[in-house]
Amino acid sequence: MIADLGFFSLLTAFLLALYGCAAALVGVRRNDPKWVASARAAALLSFPLLTISALSLIYSLINLDFQIEYVARVTSHSMPLYLRATALWGGQAGSLLFWSWLMSAFASAAMLRDWRRDRDLQPWVIVVCLATLGFFLSLVIFFENPFARMWQGVTGAVWTSIWQPTGALPYIPFDGNGLNPLLRHPGMIIHPPMLYLGFVSFVIPFAFAIAALVTGRSDDRWIRVTRRWTLVAWLFLSLGLLLGSRWAYDVLGWGGYWGWDPVEIAAFMPWLTGTAFLHSVMIQEKRALFKHWNLLLIILTYDLVIFGTFLTRSGVLSSVHAFAQSAIGPMFFAFISITLIASLALLSRRWQILKSDVQMTSMLSREALFLLNNFLFISILIICFLGVIFPLASEIITGQQITVGPVYYESATGPLWAALLLLMGVAPLSAWRVSTARTLGRAMWWPFIGSLLVLAALLFSGLRNPGALLGFWLCAFVVLVTLYEFWRGARARSQSKSEGFGLALWRLVGRNRRRYGGYFIHLGVVLIAIGIIGIEFFQQETQGRLAIGERLELGEYAIEYDSLAEWQTDDGRLIDRAVLNLHKGGEFLRQIYPRQDFYMEAQQPMTIPGMHSTWESDVYVLLVGWEPIAADSATFKMFVNPLVNWVWMGGLVFIIGTLVAAWPEPDSALAILPAAGQERRRSAEARG
Amino acid sequence: MKRVIFVLVLLVLIGGAVMPTVAQEDGPTPSPDQVNKIASNLYCPVCANVPLDACGTAACAQWRQQIADLLEEGYSEQQIYDYFAQYGPGVLAAPPAGGLNWLIYVLPPAVILLGAWLLWGNLRKFKIPAALEKKTLKSEYTQRLEDELKARQ
Repeated sequence: MIADLGFFSLLTAFLLALYGCAAALVGVRRNDPKWVASARAAALLSFPLLTISALSLIYSLINLDFQIEYVARVTSHSMPLYLRATALWGGQAGSLLFWSWLMSAFASAAMLRDWRRDRDLQPWVIVVCLATLGFFLSLVIFFENPFARMWQGVTGAVWTSIWQPTGALPYIPFDGNGLNPLLRHPGMIIHPPMLYLGFVSFVIPFAFAIAALVTGRSDDRWIRVTRRWTLVAWLFLSLGLLLGSRWAYDVLGWGGYWGWDPVEIAAFMPWLTGTAFLHSVMIQEKRALFKHWNLLLIILTYDLVIFGTFLTRSGVLSSVHAFAQSAIGPMFFAFISITLIASLALLSRRWQILKSDVQMTSMLSREALFLLNNFLFISILIICFLGVIFPLASEIITGQQITVGPVYYESATGPLWAALLLLMGVAPLSAWRVSTARTLGRAMWWPFIGSLLVLAALLFSGLRNPGALLGFWLCAFVVLVTLYEFWRGARARSQSKSEGFGLALWRLVGRNRRRYGGYFIHLGVVLIAIGIIGIEFFQQETQGRLAIGERLELGEYAIEYDSLAEWQTDDGRLIDRAVLNLHKGGEFLRQIYPRQDFYMEAQQPMTIPGMHSTWESDVYVLLVGWEPIAADSATFKMFVNPLVNWVWMGGLVFIIGTLVAAWPEPDSALAILPAAGQERRRSAEARG
Repeated sequence: MKRVIFVLVLLVLIGGAVMPTVAQEDGPTPSPDQVNKIASNLYCPVCANVPLDACGTAACAQWRQQIADLLEEGYSEQQIYDYFAQYGPGVLAAPPAGGLNWLIYVLPPAVILLGAWLLWGNLRKFKIPAALEKKTLKSEYTQRLEDELKARQ
């Protein structure tokens, strides 16, 4: 049976992970590369084995093998093929197997790199990767086994186990429960893999960091080796967060995209430390400073990745009692504690050799501003961490459940985000090592004046909200600084190479991908910030019950209730869809169709908004209720979300920027003066 | 003059008699927007982390109706929050300040201020070496970029 194949592959991968850890340690102890090579082979083998296991489960899901409890829980006859396949990550057991599968893919990919310069690091990288993989596989095998089957005894009782109990017969329900309706959305199909890819790929830089600590290497080799891994991890995590936001906007039916829900924050926290790390490693690369801090950041990121998975998988968020009752909760807790304590102990042991002789020389230098950037990211992390942890602590200590909602996060983090925006404008203009207020002022006066003109234009147009004015001014400042940087570089190249400005810009970016990719990311962040300012400060909403032909007005828009139809679909949904005529300034614009899908299997409704999207704003209408049968009247909730589409456009720019930054550099020579590069090469050749 | 005093006393007496009656009378029916404004600051008792105005459960629909009833009875926004707090502090969007809950309001600023103080303590120690004071060092890239620009101006 295919499930047996899946289970045995899983079990073999687990045993191989244990063996690989042990072999790598033996290899270090005996200084024998054969053992390390054997450990490497174990790491490489884990991927095909877990691929067999994952494909076995996907096969069972597609073919609706309802004897497998997981399959019965997350699929049903009415689900289309693509949803059955992606139900692999639709439930607890499957998603843990999926996590492990991705982890094995990344561990294998890391093993395939050229290790000649890093032989000493290799066994420890194997140990960390396989220990993490082994931990997740132990959860899958012993606590949340997706291949466990249902059996029925002579008394009629049904229980679940891998093996057939004596006297029991296979129990095959007629139909499964089906996937949670909220997860049947394209965004939710792609969102978890992106998030998991982000989580898992952060394990690789952590593994190299631990390897550097264990072997006592104080150079920045581990950072240089993992730079691209880190960027890829960050890219996937960012994509996961963006897709999750879009899913929330389209499916959850509350008019927003980010609700500061603990599940969102669980994924957001490693992104915060990861972003701080991406900035901070540049200081170590350029100035050999902050070695301790970078190690601490990657340790935190790794444990926040595991913590995020723990928060969403242990049931602790619904109640601490659920955590205590769940089998995997305490396991996660123990793993996080062990890895955190062990990593910090290792860091403290190597504290002395990591000390740098280099001193910071100026409080306006690039490194000092990056330090400030890190301080702001960590401050936001502290707020988020306390906001998530506090309700749990309160329930344990006082027995009372409390809610920490958006109002707490928004008021506490708002000023910090504004300060980060300001830094995004100032830091690119500051110099490494020494920068004074005078030199910085000289570099930024042009963008600063430009941003003041934008502010004046906003005031002139009638905008008076102080928060929005500050936010838009900061956005304008960052955009102008960034564009100024592009312009300066392209102009210099254009003049030196006699290239057209467009070609010079293209080649400038192509030759300095990390730098200009970073600037693209900054532009993406600004676009996202503009969208956030728009919806946070200017969102409008209203609700009303309309008879056919009646109108509900909001700002310059109005909706007119036209009709409502109800029908049943083949996939088990009862759909009620309203037809609304949307008017702007009294003129008919188009029809929009808010609807409610009622999933009959799960007895769960899903509210899908009717939307009219433009760069200026979204008109977002929800069907809240209606008169049954006659549908003479219905209740609608209407939102006007200004600038919200800038968030998605900013996300796209952000992703493009990260891809540019992560793309391998074709040549390390500088962009503007290729002659200098050639000279250097020529002299190097002469020396050689 | 006596007539004026008589009329004033009569008005006060009539007012006194009428006022309690007016206060006890139901106010105008609240709009859904008024209800939603308050509901957005309360949380569903059944679904974790879902604001009351966005929740589709029957329990939340009942609570929204209760908000409308309370508004009609003349309750203020704060009185309505206090009313719902009887179901536990978990229904409020932010923990009420008091007891252990103070920590969530005090800890983040305290930790951040401590961090800022430590950071400032370190930053102010930085001194530009005399040799570098006049010549600002830039990254190799920036220095060459600026030299290039200067040479061409």
